[in-house]
Amino acid sequence: MTEILETEAEANTRRRAQVRNSLSRRNRAEQRFKLLGLGSVLAAMAFVAVLFGNILTNGLPAFWQYNVDAEVYFDPEVINVPDVPVHQAGQSEADFQAEMLGWQRRLAMVNWNRILVASVEGALAEAGADTEIDARSAQSIIDSGARFVLRDMVLADPAIIGERREMQLLLSADGDNWAKGKLSRDLPDDRQQLSRPARDAIDRLEEAGIVHRAFAWHIFTNVDSRSSPASAGLAGAFVGSFYMMLVVILLAVPIGVSSAIYLEEFAPKNPFTDLIEVNINNLAAVPSIVFGLLGAAVFINIFHLPLSAPVVGGLVLTLMTLPTVIIATRSALRAVPPSLRQAALGIGASKTQMVFHHVLPVTYPGILTASILGVAQALGETAPLLLIGMNAFVANVPATPMDQSAALPVQIYLWQGNENRNFFEERTFAAIIVLLALMIVLNALAIWLRGRLERKA
Amino acid sequence: MFVKTTSRLAIIAAAGVMVAAPAFAQSRTNIQIAGSSTVLPFASIVAEEFGQMFPEFETPVVASGGSSGGLRQFCAGVGPETIDIANASRAIRSSEIEACAAAGVSDIREIRIGYDGIVFASAAEGPEFVLEPQFVYQAIAANLPEGTEAPTLWSDIDPSLPEQPIMMAIPASNHGTREVFEEKVIFPGCEAVMGEDTDHEVCGELRQDNVIEIAGDYTETLARLSSDANTVGVFGLSFYEQNTDTLRVATMSGVTPSLETVASGEYPVSRPLFFYVKGEHIGVIPGIEEYVQFFLSDAMAGAGGRLEEAGMIPAPAEETAEVLENFMNGVTVSQ
Repeated sequence: MTEILETEAEANTRRRAQVRNSLSRRNRAEQRFKLLGLGSVLAAMAFVAVLFGNILTNGLPAFWQYNVDAEVYFDPEVINVPDVPVHQAGQSEADFQAEMLGWQRRLAMVNWNRILVASVEGALAEAGADTEIDARSAQSIIDSGARFVLRDMVLADPAIIGERREMQLLLSADGDNWAKGKLSRDLPDDRQQLSRPARDAIDRLEEAGIVHRAFAWHIFTNVDSRSSPASAGLAGAFVGSFYMMLVVILLAVPIGVSSAIYLEEFAPKNPFTDLIEVNINNLAAVPSIVFGLLGAAVFINIFHLPLSAPVVGGLVLTLMTLPTVIIATRSALRAVPPSLRQAALGIGASKTQMVFHHVLPVTYPGILTASILGVAQALGETAPLLLIGMNAFVANVPATPMDQSAALPVQIYLWQGNENRNFFEERTFAAIIVLLALMIVLNALAIWLRGRLERKA
Repeated sequence: MFVKTTSRLAIIAAAGVMVAAPAFAQSRTNIQIAGSSTVLPFASIVAEEFGQMFPEFETPVVASGGSSGGLRQFCAGVGPETIDIANASRAIRSSEIEACAAAGVSDIREIRIGYDGIVFASAAEGPEFVLEPQFVYQAIAANLPEGTEAPTLWSDIDPSLPEQPIMMAIPASNHGTREVFEEKVIFPGCEAVMGEDTDHEVCGELRQDNVIEIAGDYTETLARLSSDANTVGVFGLSFYEQNTDTLRVATMSGVTPSLETVASGEYPVSRPLFFYVKGEHIGVIPGIEEYVQFFLSDAMAGAGGRLEEAGMIPAPAEETAEVLENFMNGVTVSQ
């Protein structure tokens, strides 16, 4: 008896020891896994931090550009144009238009550079600098787009001729590079972009506080420019992307949601619908560049839609987004408990009433999130747009989705390829910041809407 | 509720279809340009200024795609869905003229806009290169005279060259620059090394181990140089001029490339730049004639004009005048 008890006690101690041993081993394993998990999270965070840090440090300075505070004299001797034509009685509309165009042409042909050079000289005198500056150097300091700013001012108000105005003139891309110190001051003259007098003038003006940084609003209001790179902006690309997203929302969401509802609630289960389901899943995995090729072949070569138009981009991106919307909507529908359907059917609702009155409202948060995320994904897509010619240089804001246009991700690609690396490297990152900010806004909107709708439901 | 929802869906779907519908009968009011990435910066500047100067015309749209890609689009046919002007950094080939004719494009007018130099450049921190066509040929050619060992260092070719592994980034065959590179550097170098009457096919064969063919633009070449400081890249003069702080240019046959030496013809590796106008579109697409005149005006392509500022070498005034006269008289390219 005691023998048995003893052996039982022994066995218990042995078992306990065993458990104790394995316990510390199991605890260690858990500890290891927790550390590993934490490590991976930290590594992922570090990658994101490095990425964003890199983008922000490179791109943020682009949002502040150097300007010259100068007094611009609209010299009537230089702006030697006749009075603005007025619509005379008895003159036909066409004649008046022709006369007006002729006047505008005269105004465009004015040697605006002379006025800009005079302004720079005036600013230098104000700074008390004794340096002489030749016209070419003075001209190279100011962004050449300033010519058209002055022209537009006269166009808006011809009475300005002969007056003086205090203006903020944007520094040229090379001037901005110099003021920001992107080119080493030790480089010899033949490796500098600006002549010595131009560089000295900028330094003098900066010491006097006449050249200073200001927020570059024109990044948001101007279109892309190669002729006057310092004033290049994202407006055209922004509107182009907006039109594309409009087309995607108008086409992908209704088509995607209705096909998902049909497939999930109404379609019979047979090999044919199975085939459709497999194909939709496959479509979601097709690389986006393939959609671009398809778009170029079908929309442009067969339907003769215009090249580089947001409508074509929108159609291609719709094809890309559709499977995402369908799959997400179907899984949202599947997550609705069958009791809801049975209850609706039980009190005599028809199948359509059941779907549209009871099931669909519950799935709104899911569908909405999926749609917004699909649109956000489409917003950043670049490869298919290159194939439908959206990488063209377009210096207009598109008025309709049929007009040629750039798009935000393509603008990043175009600026990345610009010859003036010193200036456009920064600009490229600035465009990336704008695109990322838009993405974050869209994602935040998705989260906020989901939270709101879920609470309601 | 049901009726409301579906009708709302129907309206949205109909609106979507309406957005797409008017496109089928689309005509164009702006000039459409595509082609060489070397000409692209110049054409873009002119297009932009043109839009500012001529309030009655829309700003032309300029796409890239390389000289060959642009001419392929150009020769696709006549009509608003085809481009009006093809930029090219080489002259049109007779095969391309035939392809154009087959698609109904027979009125092709050649506009020579100016010149561009092709330069060899390496990282600014690296050593200086004093190049000759035969050095470049020896460095990267697959076929060398029998008994010659393929060099691995530049100094293996000539003691005056730096002791640095050979690595060159050259434009791929989709670029017009490649043709000029072969004609002005590889073939003369080949003749000097292999003998006068060597077949150009033999000359054109390049080594695979130390040549990177760049299909993209010059920024890609520049990126190669910053990732491997030993690389010598082939650039357009205008690109080099805007990046003199990061690039060191090599002399060729003893001449340093610059606007002056290319214009005078001293620097051997240069080529004319062109664009080709589809005569069938003149009078149909508004503004083509004005665009050509504006492009060739003194303020743009002339000496001291905007394009010289951007790095293009202007042609002599008489030459430009003749080009414009030929264009206005409707002279077409001949095979």
